[in-house]
Amino acid sequence: MATLRDIKRRINSVKSTAKITRAMKMVSAAKLRRAQERMFALRPYAEKIGEVLSSLSQPVEQDIHPLLMPRPRKTVEVLILTSDKGLCGAFNSNVIKAGVNLINRLKSEGFEVSISTIGRKARDYFKRRGVELREVWTGLSGKITYSSAQDIARNLMEHYMDETFDEVHLVYNEFKTVVAQKVVELKLLPIAPVEHETEKEKEMKDFLFEPSEEEVFNRLLPKSIEILVYRALLESQASEEAARMTAMENATTNAEDMIDRLTLEYNKARQASITKELMDIVGGAEALKE
Amino acid sequence: MADKLTLDIVTPYGSVFSDDVDEVVAPGTEGEFGVLPGHVPFITTLNIGILTYKKGGSTGYVFVNSGYAEVTDDRVLILADSAEKAEDIDVERAKAAMKRAEERMKKQDEIDFARAQAALQRAVTRIETAKKAGRG
Repeated sequence: MATLRDIKRRINSVKSTAKITRAMKMVSAAKLRRAQERMFALRPYAEKIGEVLSSLSQPVEQDIHPLLMPRPRKTVEVLILTSDKGLCGAFNSNVIKAGVNLINRLKSEGFEVSISTIGRKARDYFKRRGVELREVWTGLSGKITYSSAQDIARNLMEHYMDETFDEVHLVYNEFKTVVAQKVVELKLLPIAPVEHETEKEKEMKDFLFEPSEEEVFNRLLPKSIEILVYRALLESQASEEAARMTAMENATTNAEDMIDRLTLEYNKARQASITKELMDIVGGAEALKE
Repeated sequence: MADKLTLDIVTPYGSVFSDDVDEVVAPGTEGEFGVLPGHVPFITTLNIGILTYKKGGSTGYVFVNSGYAEVTDDRVLILADSAEKAEDIDVERAKAAMKRAEERMKKQDEIDFARAQAALQRAVTRIETAKKAGRG
């Protein structure tokens, strides 16, 4: 049986762990709030750019821009978005699992697959298994900016244009609620045709373009990809913090349970030792009487 | 026909401006253009520049860093990579950015040069915007 001192030591160790997990939960809660704010801030821009695009798509011929045109698929790019840090429950393993499933499915359908990753966790996973990665981005956690999204989006578009791959899928965690994150697969390229507007709206918009419709379109399309990537980064960031918050909350609860159990054990052991000492004293006294 | 324009300026970092105004002048890539209520539907790309709006008797200035403008009858929608109202511009930071960009331009690297030039233009425009609003 563990001695009193051993149990005491365990209790203290669990207590300090609980202190850490509790602090991490608070930190995550604060970071989550900030990530959510940025998601909300992006929303109007993303919506409006969709609006402008849809008012454009009507008169524009589909073959005007290569980013819009599906072509025979040979190589498919899978981009997996994870975090740099762990301690956030099944957050990373869920995305990686979904990504690997997608890769296997594409491979079984006979496509070549090139893999890129964002975040240290995905990189480490594939590195450990000796999988070659096309491109790796790390160090984004906590400092996502629009220009980091731009860099990623531009890299993807560039290699899509030079036909390194013919399709791009992004796998990431979408932020549903604080307790629910959902892994989604998003086809980034080629861009799906924008949904057509209703007849009435169409009539109203007969735009003049400057410098030219094509020029506007050419600048707007890449922008919409940048926005999609930026949004995915922010969603993933918020999901990560939410997942970490939940994980740390559970860890804290578990630690408290453990402290309760250990305290009980400690008290039992203390009681037992007191009883034993009493028995000794009584026994000693009895022996003296005789 | 509407007699007011709704001016919306949004960036990936959030909405910068949203209000009814009387007149808007924006820096299009093909030159500055003015918009009054009842303008024909119009879409254009924007340069780095200063957007001016008039509301009642007062005039406001907004720094706009490239993007698009969509004009419909009673609405001007600006989608900018970034934008700041004159009163929100950090002049000190813009001045520092200007110095940095100038130093980088002295080095003879072509890609860096283009980038530095864009950065310089942004910084200078920011400072000008602030000056127009009577600051700095």
